[in-house]
Amino acid sequence: MRALGILDELARPLILLPVAVVDRILTPIQKHVGIDKMGYFFVLPNLLIFGIFVLFPMLLNFYYAMTGGTKLFPQDRPFVGLENFATLFDCDDFLSPNSCQEDLFWRGISNTIQFVVFQVSGIVLFSLVTALVLNRKIVARGFFRSVFFYPVLLSPVVVALIWKWVLQHEGVLNAIVEIFGGESKRWLLDTNWAMFWVVFVSVWALMGFYTLILLAGLQSIPPELYEASSIDGANHWQDFRFVTMPLLMPTMFVVLVLSLIRAVQMFDHIFVLTGGGPGTRTQLMVQYIYTTGFSNQIQLFGLSAAASMVLGISLLVLTLLQLRLGNQSSLA
Amino acid sequence: MMGTERISISQFLSLRSGGARINTADALTYLYLTFGTVLMFGPVLWLVASSFKTQAGLVKYPPPLLPYQQVQVEVEGFDKALPLFTVAMEDGSSRELAQIRRVGIEARMIDPEDPAAGETKVNIRQREPVEEVKLAWENYLDPLVELENFDFVTYLKNSVLVTTVATAITLVINSMAAFALSKYQFKGRDAIFVLFISTLMIPITVILVPVFLVITTIGWKNNLWGVIIPGAATPTGIFLLRQYMLTIPDELLDAARIDGASEWHIYWRIILPLARPALAVLAIFSVMWRWNDFLWPLIVLSQNDLFTLQVGLNAFQGELQIQWHYVLAMTVVTLLPITLVFAFLQRFITTGIATTGMK
Repeated sequence: MRALGILDELARPLILLPVAVVDRILTPIQKHVGIDKMGYFFVLPNLLIFGIFVLFPMLLNFYYAMTGGTKLFPQDRPFVGLENFATLFDCDDFLSPNSCQEDLFWRGISNTIQFVVFQVSGIVLFSLVTALVLNRKIVARGFFRSVFFYPVLLSPVVVALIWKWVLQHEGVLNAIVEIFGGESKRWLLDTNWAMFWVVFVSVWALMGFYTLILLAGLQSIPPELYEASSIDGANHWQDFRFVTMPLLMPTMFVVLVLSLIRAVQMFDHIFVLTGGGPGTRTQLMVQYIYTTGFSNQIQLFGLSAAASMVLGISLLVLTLLQLRLGNQSSLA
Repeated sequence: MMGTERISISQFLSLRSGGARINTADALTYLYLTFGTVLMFGPVLWLVASSFKTQAGLVKYPPPLLPYQQVQVEVEGFDKALPLFTVAMEDGSSRELAQIRRVGIEARMIDPEDPAAGETKVNIRQREPVEEVKLAWENYLDPLVELENFDFVTYLKNSVLVTTVATAITLVINSMAAFALSKYQFKGRDAIFVLFISTLMIPITVILVPVFLVITTIGWKNNLWGVIIPGAATPTGIFLLRQYMLTIPDELLDAARIDGASEWHIYWRIILPLARPALAVLAIFSVMWRWNDFLWPLIVLSQNDLFTLQVGLNAFQGELQIQWHYVLAMTVVTLLPITLVFAFLQRFITTGIATTGMK
């Protein structure tokens, strides 16, 4: 207690000083504008940073998407209208990326769609099962909850390196596969397996987050409902089908929305794990944006901005669609 | 929480449904949990175990579970320690000999117990290295001192700097804005709130090019401020703090005003201390975001001495010859702080996510 008192004494100037200094400046202003207008002052720093680094760039992105060349500064860039979009959408057949001028963009889109479908279903399925399991009467629930949640905190680079090490040719997975009589493989260089592992690793890394949300949803279901259904003679399956599922639907919906929006923007894990390879097999949309604008020798900022607008619009459509469906499902 | 109660281990062990044995649902539950634990923790433990192996130990296949190293012995008359082998002798016996040097398929060996007996020449196929479990701490120590193309200490410093400064700035500006949006009546307040929140779904990936222009114009390209500032005004933080501050009664503020407190005084001495739980949750989130951030630093920082840990680690693992023994060790160091934060603040994090639905 004594030590805490001393700490308090030491911290006092740290707390009082900003009050005194800022007060000296603010008190005249406050006298002048009145109390309620002080709200502007408090919101200002956040608004400034938001305006300069989010709002203004959002507007500027439209302009970039309509300029060409490789210069960064807008005044050096020729206005080209919708040419960048024309380049992106110059395709004989939208279903075969090879027929497009920007084949990498379309391959990115097709890979992203595949990835999103498998990853989101994987996340919804496994986080639901895990949440249901963790919601049972089990020993050491806190421990098991942490186990499934822990990978969520790891950085994408770390996650990718952990799995790169496990999956490498002389790695532990191949050793295990061989023990069971299988054949060792170069998992991340195999066209068929690379996409599987990219999906697997991202489900591994992210499902704990959604499990937690679903678990909170499950625990908010009033126990009286289960008591009532057991009086009515319902079995476990009927409990699940007619009590748990309908009441969990709104939470499931949140999980679906969040995981979808994140899946569409996937980049970090895959970039470190496979670099988009083998070839372009696991290259998704965001990697196209990054490569085109920043890592290629010739930096096509306009094309990159145009592609990012396509991404932004897809996200917007997904969000609106889900808001719509969400309203319907909550009405039903 | 609600719905289900926890049970003690003794209750679990005596738990029987139908009297005879544990029922199938329970068996499946624990099977799933066991399998899940292995799958979730296994790879991380494997990383940690591997990080203590020597470069030579890492290429062994199938990989041994524990880090083995060849035993080195000091032999009288030699400056350096010599590697120890078990040698199968002609007569069928085996001896432990230290190798002086190897020429072609022949090794010159000496008995460490009896160096005076002189050298023995042995075919290299007749000897097996003697190994012991030993942690290769040099994987961790070398990068701290000097490693070409991987300046770990600098990266660590940069990461710590970015994480702490960005979190401090986020806490201050987000809480100020949340205070304004929850406790004042001014024109445009609701519009500003909606504007902030509507960008929740707009990630930086959608505006990379123009933000990069802004950064370059200010002169923050290859500058840590360019990493710190753009993401500081988080919509998540505004939302979280505003919702929390709405629960602080206005009477408290009015009372302080009557006592002559200025608005800034109210914010700093009343609102901030009361909002501590929400600030703690945001602080944890922000530390996680910033420590793990990758794409934006990758774009802003192209100078090796400015890399954060994540960017540096990625560059280092992308080299033609991956030096796995260092990569693994440094990966462990990178995940350590987050693991510690998690271990101590687990409850905060899990309830924070469960209540806001955000990360």
